[in-house]
Amino acid sequence: MSETKEIIITSDKIHTDEYLVNMGPQHPSTHGVLRLLVRLEGEMVHNIQPHVGYIHSGIEKMCEAISYPQVIHLTDRMDYLSAHMNNEAVALCIENALQVEVPERVKYIRTIMDELSRLASHQLWWCVMGMDLGALTTFFYGLRDREHILDIFEETCGARMTLNYSVPGGVMFDIHPNFQKRVKEFIKEFRKKLPEYDQLLTGNVIFQERTNDIGYLSLEDAIAWGVTGPSGRGSGFSCDVRKHQPYSAYPLVQFEEKLATKGDTFTRYRLRMEEMYESLHIIEQLIDNIPEGDYAVKMKGVVKLPEGEFYQRVETARGEFGVYIVSDGKKNPYRVKFRSPGFSNLFALNKMAAGHKIADLVAIMSTLDLVIPDIDR
Amino acid sequence: MGFNIYDFSGMTHNMHLWFLERMSPTATTIVEWTIIGVSYMLFVALFGLFLVYAERKVCAAFQQRLGPMRVGYWGLLQTIADFIKLLMKELIMPKSADKFLYNLAPFIVMIATFLAMAVLPFAKGLQTLDFDIGIFYVTAVSSVGVIGILIAGWSSNNKYSLIGAMRSGAQILSYELSVSLSLVTIIILAGSMQLSVVVESQRDAWFIFKGHIPALIAFVIFLIAGTAETNRGPFDLAEAESELTAGFHTEYSGIKFAFFFLAEYINMFIVAAMATTVFLGGWMPLHFGSFESFNVVMDFIPPLVWFFMKVLGVIFLIMWFKWTFPRLRVDQILTLEWKYLLPINLINILLMSLVVLTKFHL
Repeated sequence: MSETKEIIITSDKIHTDEYLVNMGPQHPSTHGVLRLLVRLEGEMVHNIQPHVGYIHSGIEKMCEAISYPQVIHLTDRMDYLSAHMNNEAVALCIENALQVEVPERVKYIRTIMDELSRLASHQLWWCVMGMDLGALTTFFYGLRDREHILDIFEETCGARMTLNYSVPGGVMFDIHPNFQKRVKEFIKEFRKKLPEYDQLLTGNVIFQERTNDIGYLSLEDAIAWGVTGPSGRGSGFSCDVRKHQPYSAYPLVQFEEKLATKGDTFTRYRLRMEEMYESLHIIEQLIDNIPEGDYAVKMKGVVKLPEGEFYQRVETARGEFGVYIVSDGKKNPYRVKFRSPGFSNLFALNKMAAGHKIADLVAIMSTLDLVIPDIDR
Repeated sequence: MGFNIYDFSGMTHNMHLWFLERMSPTATTIVEWTIIGVSYMLFVALFGLFLVYAERKVCAAFQQRLGPMRVGYWGLLQTIADFIKLLMKELIMPKSADKFLYNLAPFIVMIATFLAMAVLPFAKGLQTLDFDIGIFYVTAVSSVGVIGILIAGWSSNNKYSLIGAMRSGAQILSYELSVSLSLVTIIILAGSMQLSVVVESQRDAWFIFKGHIPALIAFVIFLIAGTAETNRGPFDLAEAESELTAGFHTEYSGIKFAFFFLAEYINMFIVAAMATTVFLGGWMPLHFGSFESFNVVMDFIPPLVWFFMKVLGVIFLIMWFKWTFPRLRVDQILTLEWKYLLPINLINILLMSLVVLTKFHL
């Protein structure tokens, strides 16, 4: 950037320039190749300008050249921590367009997998949040528990992160005979482990000092910038798609949409922790009642959507994920647009972090839970 | 030469005489200096390597893993392998760095640590410099290291390095106060700044017991401020990797990076050794007033063992801080010092003076 000005020394005082720091594309706390152009005055952040596109992979454009079931395989490369939710969004969109009714069993399996993904994602977020604030031990606690979920995924569909489990009309394979047993074991164990998380980080004085009363986001700003997910709900923006436009088995379960009004970093942190309990609660309601039946309906060999526009949104771990498909009746989509939660959340960063210290910027960015391929697509 | 594990003064004295018989006084001085210098360098290198290994094992234990296990038995040779790697690495200097200062900075940091080591009493008679302002000397030379850090941050011509160095400067200047004042509390109790005298006067009871509550408060403050002085977590703002990549030593590689790295660990040792000497009785064994048989058994353990046991205990505490606490923010660090530690310290000195005046400690 050629924005640096010369230092002018006058007789009475020294005019100094703003300190322009490139945070990223390679930086430990941007968790990927995000570049933030940060204007500093001493330690104070004046302005943050995110520059995206360093890992842009042209997924939306690629979708135009491939068939509908293949689109699903690209979606879990975007937000790799919410892979199953992304897959499901496309599958639901195609099913709605073709007006296919999926078996009850599929709905249950998808919802359980959704919530397991959410838990795994929140666990990783918690590890990284601690690490960003300098508490390196959290990283190992979170990864230890996340491993159990990934093992369940591996047994169910062979993959640990890029699941590709949902297909139009159902899921790719039936669940493993051990699935229910292992999930129940995991819930029992994780309910014991979650209080450890609070002991290690939430209750820590330094942690509370670092996160309380920083990075305020008002309800108006949250709505204006389209901040969704736990980040938006921390500001009181009721935006849980699972409640407002329930899909899969969500209409059948009891759960609470956690809302708070304060809108600071600690509130967003606390909401995510509470969401983990809610996720466990949802899985508990479903895991024993998975109905018998087919795991997928028979679809035609070549999926062709009728002409028109179709939109489906789901709640990923980061917020509202939308799939917009324009079809011209052929076997591949005319245009696909993904509404990714990370992109909208990132651009509210300037609103939240301007005027804070550079260390707060890291903490605030951490509660937004950014996944860079989700932003760049 | 009269080697005695409980008292080294005879041995060193005999050595001195042995050299004097065979060469001129000047040559003796030079030879003795060389021996002392080489021993310190060996000690710093070996103990530094050991501390790095210990840190990795301690941190692994906190994080439910094993740490280094592959090189040598239980990974004992891992740090040696790492340092050989660091020695062989290319030294990369940024094109726009200030070459002289850039090369100078690691040495200033190292020199400061060596200087501070000079007065530490490892055991009876095992002390290089024993002069009447020992404690004052340690606080003075240990703050020279910050100049090295500031120079490193400035000369690297890297924005992150400079922010790290500035943070480090502000932090060490502030916490220097707390370190000194908590030591002053004990100086009042001991009545001397000479480290050997301080240790000797703890023969019956360590100062942390003898000085009642003021000594305990001073010890806690010294631990907090000492951790901050060594730039370690939760006060590792100068090298906060999530904010400033590696802070002031971002641009250093190879052996120059190793110097900063080693200096951090040796500084931790110096803080622990000062805490041991001033609060925990130095190399003195643990004595309880009237338990004669217990005292005799304790006396049987050599002073060197006592010293290193205490030092390693304090080092373990400092490592424990690092691996459980998140990092403080720069303004919180300064608030903690100026608004809490400093007033508490001043009141504490007053309390200690009252204790000494009323002869409550005797």
